Amino acid sequence: MLEYRKIEILVGAFVFAGLLALTILAMKVSNLTDFGGGDGYDVKAKFDNIGGLKVRAPVKMAGVQIGRVAEIGFDNETFQAVAVMKIDRKFDAIPKDTAAKIYTAGLLGEQYISLEAGGEEDSLKDGDSIILTSNAVVLEQVISQFLYSKAAGDDKSGS
Amino acid sequence: MLDFLQRLGQWTLKGLKRLGRANIFMVYVLGGIPLCVRRFRLVITQLFAVGVLSILIIFVSGLFVGMVLGLQGYNTLVDFGAEESLGVLVALSLVRELGPVVSALLFAGRAGSALTAEIGLMKATEQLSAMEMMAVDPLHRVIAPRLLAGIIAMPLLAAIFSAIGVFGGYLVGVVMLGVDDGSFWAQMEASVDIREDILNGVIKSVVFGVAVTWIAVFEGYDTLPTSEGIGRATTRTVVNSSLAVLAFDFILTALMFNK
Repeated sequence: MLEYRKIEILVGAFVFAGLLALTILAMKVSNLTDFGGGDGYDVKAKFDNIGGLKVRAPVKMAGVQIGRVAEIGFDNETFQAVAVMKIDRKFDAIPKDTAAKIYTAGLLGEQYISLEAGGEEDSLKDGDSIILTSNAVVLEQVISQFLYSKAAGDDKSGS
Repeated sequence: MLDFLQRLGQWTLKGLKRLGRANIFMVYVLGGIPLCVRRFRLVITQLFAVGVLSILIIFVSGLFVGMVLGLQGYNTLVDFGAEESLGVLVALSLVRELGPVVSALLFAGRAGSALTAEIGLMKATEQLSAMEMMAVDPLHRVIAPRLLAGIIAMPLLAAIFSAIGVFGGYLVGVVMLGVDDGSFWAQMEASVDIREDILNGVIKSVVFGVAVTWIAVFEGYDTLPTSEGIGRATTRTVVNSSLAVLAFDFILTALMFNK
């Protein structure tokens, strides 16, 4: 009987260690603690070009994450991309005339939406749209623009 | 030529027959699961054999795999000035692939072979027949608890493997090579997803657990009741379940991480 008790204790310790490892993986290694995508309100924004923005990309305000991109769609009439952002309930006082911009984290990192607060009194509610948007910076465009202006500048100085 | 065709046919039919037997066997064993839940003591004894006794090898190999990942990852990433991403590299490769796969391979070698040998010997010494004589169904009494224990133990072992591995990567990366502590964890937390990565890793390890234990108990039950037969069955368990794990891993990865 004592032998069996020992086995039970060891098995208990084993299961405990396994569950502990899972919890560590969930809490420490992954991002369970922030924005499970549960509670929040949806805000839409239309962009001419969203670049490499993906679903679940962060939505930040002043560099602090306040939500995630929940859905990316396409508007068939205006030919624009529609990004639906789920913003955490805690941040419910964002002004209506807030501007949304798509930035890249680092030079080649993932893209995220950055919100810049406006000055209006009314705040955004579930289902509202952000009107002021600016597009993702597509690296190829920037490079080609730079090359063109460079070439044009060279021409001017040469002639 | 006809001889060759005949042999090919024989071989195919034999394989299919075995597969069929394995499936019928599985259905009978699953019928014994309610008994196991009622008499959970049987499962606990088996959990001790397949789980607790495998911890040491899982622990040590997890630690070393994590440390090697840390070293190799650091040497590559430092060339790009991206050594802060070491945590991401270690955690993702462990949680998605190495944790479930390597621990399933170790589990097949450590616990699967033991299961096959044990059940094969029970069959060779006619303990299974003796049980049947006493109106005890050996499939319910002997096989089902072992199967259930294997399926429970495997995800836990894989989780321990991954957690220890991440710790090993931390030891090498942060303590030994001096990667920044904060960004090691922060970048890891930012890019490892609970559903995409961790849950999928757990699903993988459950599938591997079913595959390995199923093969192990079936090979044991289906063995020729001689000492030579048991030896061959044990070898087959390790080879077949390792191959099954690798094949399932490819299929599951293609299904889960294919965007």
